[in-house]
Amino acid sequence: MSESSVRLNVFKTYKLYVGGKFPRSESGRVYEVSDSKGKWLANAPLSSRKDARDAVVAARKAFGGWAAATAYNRGQILYRIAEMLEGRREQFVREVGDAEGLSKSKAAAVVDAAIDRWVWYAGWTDKIGQIAGGANPVAGPFFNLSTPEPTGVVTVVAPQDSSFLGLVSVIAPVIATGNTVVVIASEKAPLPALSLGEVLATSDLPGGVVNILSGKAAEMGPHLASHQDVNAIDLAGADPALAKELEIAAADNLKRVLRPQPVDDWSADPGTSRMTAFLETKTVWHPTGSLGAGGSSY
Amino acid sequence: MASLFEYAPAPESRSVVDIAPSYGLFIDGEFTDAADGKVFKTVSPSSEEVLSEVAQAGAADVDRAVKAARKAFEKWSALPGSERAKYLFRIARIIQERSRELAVLETLDNGKPIKETRDADLPLVAAHFFYYAGWADKLDHAGYGANPRPLGVAGQVIPWNFPLLMLAWKIAPALATGNTVVLKPAETTPLSALFFADICRQAGLPKGVVNILTGYGDAGAALVEHPDVNKVAFTGSTAVGKAIARSIAGTDKKVTLELGGKGANIVFDDAPIDQAVEGIVNGIFFNQGQVCCAGSRLLVQESIHDELLDSLKRRLSTLRLGDPLDKNTDIGAINSAEQLARITALADTGEAEGAERWSPACELPSAGYWFAPTLFSNVTQAHTVARDEIFGPVLSVLTFRTPDEAVAKANNSQYGLSAGIWTEKGSRILAVANQLRAGVVWANTFNKFDPTSPFGGYKESGFGREGGRHGLEAYLDV
Repeated sequence: MSESSVRLNVFKTYKLYVGGKFPRSESGRVYEVSDSKGKWLANAPLSSRKDARDAVVAARKAFGGWAAATAYNRGQILYRIAEMLEGRREQFVREVGDAEGLSKSKAAAVVDAAIDRWVWYAGWTDKIGQIAGGANPVAGPFFNLSTPEPTGVVTVVAPQDSSFLGLVSVIAPVIATGNTVVVIASEKAPLPALSLGEVLATSDLPGGVVNILSGKAAEMGPHLASHQDVNAIDLAGADPALAKELEIAAADNLKRVLRPQPVDDWSADPGTSRMTAFLETKTVWHPTGSLGAGGSSY
Repeated sequence: MASLFEYAPAPESRSVVDIAPSYGLFIDGEFTDAADGKVFKTVSPSSEEVLSEVAQAGAADVDRAVKAARKAFEKWSALPGSERAKYLFRIARIIQERSRELAVLETLDNGKPIKETRDADLPLVAAHFFYYAGWADKLDHAGYGANPRPLGVAGQVIPWNFPLLMLAWKIAPALATGNTVVLKPAETTPLSALFFADICRQAGLPKGVVNILTGYGDAGAALVEHPDVNKVAFTGSTAVGKAIARSIAGTDKKVTLELGGKGANIVFDDAPIDQAVEGIVNGIFFNQGQVCCAGSRLLVQESIHDELLDSLKRRLSTLRLGDPLDKNTDIGAINSAEQLARITALADTGEAEGAERWSPACELPSAGYWFAPTLFSNVTQAHTVARDEIFGPVLSVLTFRTPDEAVAKANNSQYGLSAGIWTEKGSRILAVANQLRAGVVWANTFNKFDPTSPFGGYKESGFGREGGRHGLEAYLDV
């Protein structure tokens, strides 16, 4: 037997999460990811334009089913994500600590907040329709109902600094309402995001609803922003120059654009604006008939 | 074909409106000339008669108007909501009092039938101001948090198809929420906005709260791009909407865009045919089809195609085209020579691509801009007339066999503004409405509007909603 009692641990190959599968970048490229002190952590996939396009295809394919799922069902799945995360809490505390240079207790607070954020949005799925929609008292014999609907495939440039809580805070509201998402993880700290894919894959979330890419936002962003089958873009993690460039590209097919918002504290109450930014209001008119001079018309 | 009925002319009197030979820009409560003295003429599209000469705003005038609006913003936004409300209620009531005058004016300047300005445009304009007046002191309850703040100066650019109604859709929510506005009406329909300036004066609205700049696209672009404008609201073409979206990229300006459409009007085999025919006619011939939410694609279930088309053609043969001021007129004039040329070119393309063209026997007046109601059958999804917005009285007829096919064809468009569903089966209405990617869906009716009902599109029909509680968001810092 070996005289050594030190066990060599098993490294993880970090992979993308696209269409419910874990591919490497089709480009075969990787880049080095280090912790805050510069120590090598892993090689992350350096996603290409083709990876981004594949992710859009997966997101589009998943959209119909996810948008049509009942709000209750979506809520249960988002809650299941929180359950799965809770079970892997130690792993994420370590990864977030490494990624963001946080002490164990601070990293734990971040992970706890991220878990709680999934619970918050799990509860929103079947309430946002009542908050954002409703019947309109039109002056005529019509029943008129406005309903919020998901806008479609949403591209998200995830926050650069808050690699995990920030990420969860931008993708959960997008999918809670029935959109599907292609997210570009924090460039310098993509590992918690890539690990989140493993949680999502075991949470009953249909493949393609969330697609996670690592790499350079400046490389993939322009292709996603001008992609004709993407409906909206959240520029949360884009710097001002990139945000402007992407907003201009997004005008090609009039994507809904959520500009970068200053966020001091990702653990603060998120409100509803990240959900409503990616909702369309559909208003349907139904005749109710009328009791005019000529009598009943229904 | 001889018309079924002869009608004696029943013209509305022009004497109710007094159009001055010239108008200035309305800036800071005063009518003034453009800085460079430029003017342009506005004509009546039904006769090509020159109605008036109005000032043509340039960049210097835009700057002056934005400064006036900025100056007025501080006091206007600080007014108690209940006081802003009363100004808007005043405006709503004055519009009601002057609605006959404004209806005639709008018909003269736009070319649409008096029946429509009198019964649709003007009642909706007054109702819109009345509705948003009531919101001004209730914004805490609108669902946007406590004490939501206005954005500042709103730059608003509106089209020529519903000049005064689009003005109301823009100005009423802007003022109710405490913003001040600079509005540019379309160059072919400047007059009703200038009359509105007079209504603001009658209502005692503080100077600078509403500024009206008549002019061309360059003035609109200068307004949208002005650095001291906080909010951009545009209704018009998708191409211009995209240019606006690009030009404000990287700024803090909030934007709402209400753009083009290619609405699908879906008729199932169990639909009440006569009602459906009325809805189809209303859907595409209301306002000569110059409506962004027009039902310009008719999707008919194959089994009733022939029956429906026969009924539709019979009905089209009874439409009366002519003097817009005649109370019997159904189809008025096309708004401009330019628009007429666009409609003509697209209809010619439809014919050249092999669609079957039909129009009722219809005598067009010799002066003015006119286009006969036109129907294309044997249209496929690849045809230009099935894809491009024509913005005229041209209907493209396509067929489908199953509800799934109807939905797929309806959604096969870059646009997503409106749709119609005709069927007697309730569950089918709800199932189809659920799957349509359109902001407004009319079931067994079409082209209904109301100030309480949010309006706006999916996809390249724009973003943001106008009307209802939703319409407040566009003018609040939320």
